[in-house]
Amino acid sequence: MPPLTSPQTPPVLAGETRHAVSIVLNGKPRTGHAHPRLLLSDFLRHELGAHGTRVGCEHGVCGACTVRIDGVAARACLTLAVQADGRRIDTVEGLAEANQGRMTALQEAFRRHHALQCGFCTAGILMSLTDYLGRNPKPTEEELRDMLSGHLCRCTGYAGIVRAVMEITGQTVEEVAHV
Amino acid sequence: MKPASFDYLRPATVADALAALAAGGDDARVIAGGQSLMPMLNMRLVQPRLLIDLGRLEELRTLRAEDGWLTVGAAVTQAEVLARPTLVREVPLLAAALPWVGHFQTRNRGTLCGSVAHADPSAETPLCLVATGGEVVLRNAKRRRTVPAADFFLGPLTTVKAADEIVECIRFPLARPGSGHAFREQSMRHGDFAITACAATVDGHSASLAVGGVADRPTARSWPLVDGGLPPDLDDALNAFAWDLGGDDDQHATARYRRDLVRRIGRTVLEEALSCRR
Repeated sequence: MPPLTSPQTPPVLAGETRHAVSIVLNGKPRTGHAHPRLLLSDFLRHELGAHGTRVGCEHGVCGACTVRIDGVAARACLTLAVQADGRRIDTVEGLAEANQGRMTALQEAFRRHHALQCGFCTAGILMSLTDYLGRNPKPTEEELRDMLSGHLCRCTGYAGIVRAVMEITGQTVEEVAHV
Repeated sequence: MKPASFDYLRPATVADALAALAAGGDDARVIAGGQSLMPMLNMRLVQPRLLIDLGRLEELRTLRAEDGWLTVGAAVTQAEVLARPTLVREVPLLAAALPWVGHFQTRNRGTLCGSVAHADPSAETPLCLVATGGEVVLRNAKRRRTVPAADFFLGPLTTVKAADEIVECIRFPLARPGSGHAFREQSMRHGDFAITACAATVDGHSASLAVGGVADRPTARSWPLVDGGLPPDLDDALNAFAWDLGGDDDQHATARYRRDLVRRIGRTVLEEALSCRR
C-alpha cells in the first residue's frame, strides 16, 4: 500500500462525458460542466455565460480571447476548461465589478483615446494590459508595442491604444512616430 | 476549430504520468503549456486518444544552475525563465532569444521543454539548445537517458524521443567567461515564426553560428578565430554554410531569401557576439 501522504492521481476523465469544472471567475466561485476537449474560451461563454471574452482565431494568434489565469495573461483558446479547474480566472467583466461598478482608469482612457472601434479585440487587450502593467508599470512605447504584438486590432492601428496606456502611466507619445 | 474528443488525465506524479503514457502508446500525448500542441489539437492535426497534463507537476518545475548547467524542467514557462535575474549571466544567448519566442501572452504558458519536444525547425529554444551544446533529458517509466541537442532533432516535428518518453528537462551549459553571444531573427511580424533565426557565440578561440528556419532542424557550424578576430574569408564561409543548409520555398519566403538572410544576419550576429565578449 502506498503511504497515505503520497498524492493520488485522479481517474482519467473520459472524453465522452461532461465533468464538473470549478473556477473562481472574477472573484466568485463558479462550477460548470465540460468535456475534456472543451476550450476555456467556450466554457466561459457557453457554459458560464460570460460573453465578455471574445473568440477570434482559435489558434492563439489573434489574442481576442486573452484572460488571466491565476493572474497571468494567457489565451483561453489554448487552454482546456479541465486545465483551468481550481484556478482563478479573470475576464473583462471583472474589471468594473472590482471597481464599484465603474470602468477602470484604463478603460476610461481607452474610451477617451478611441482605443477601440468595433471592440472585438478590446477585452483581450485589457486583460493583457492589467497583467503587464502590474509587472512593468511604466513601459516605454517600444516595450508596450512589443507586448501589443500579441494582439490583432484591425480598427485602430494601435495608435489610440498606445496613447491610452501612455496617458494612464503618466507619459506622452511622440505624435510624429508611427503615423 | 475545436479539438476532437480525447480522455484527459492530470497525474499527481511523474511516475503516474509515465505509466499512463506507456499504457497509452502512440495514442497518448503529453501537454504542459500547450502553446504548440493546443493549436494542433484545435486544427485536428493531432488527435490523441489520451491527453496527459504535466503542467501542474511540482517535480517538473526545476529551474536551477549548478555544476556548470542551467536545468529547466518540463513545467517551467518561458516567462519564468525570462524573468530569472541571473539568466543574462548564466545563458546569455537564451536571455537574448527568449523575447523572440511568441508573445508576452503565450510565453506566460509556453514551456521551453515543450518547444524542444515539438521541434519546429524555426523555433528559438531548440536553436539555443543546439547553439550552446545543451542536452535533452528523456524519461520513460523504466529509465532516463540524456541526448545531446545536436543528436536530438531529426527534422520538422521529429526527434529521437520515443512515444513513451517525455522531455523531463533540458540543460544548457553555463556561458564560459570571456564568451560573447548574440541572437537575431527575421519574421513577418515580431513573435511570428522565424523565417531565419541566427545565434552566434564567440569565445577566445572560435566563432560559431547556429541557424534555424532554413534546414529541417537547427544546425551549427564553427570557425577558428584568426588573430583574435573573425576569419577574413567569413563571407565565403557563410555562403558555403548557407548552401549546405539548403532551405525550401514556402508561403513566407523563398529558399534563396533564407540563404541570403544567413549570409547577412549571420555576419551581423557574429560581429555582435565578438564585440560583446566579457
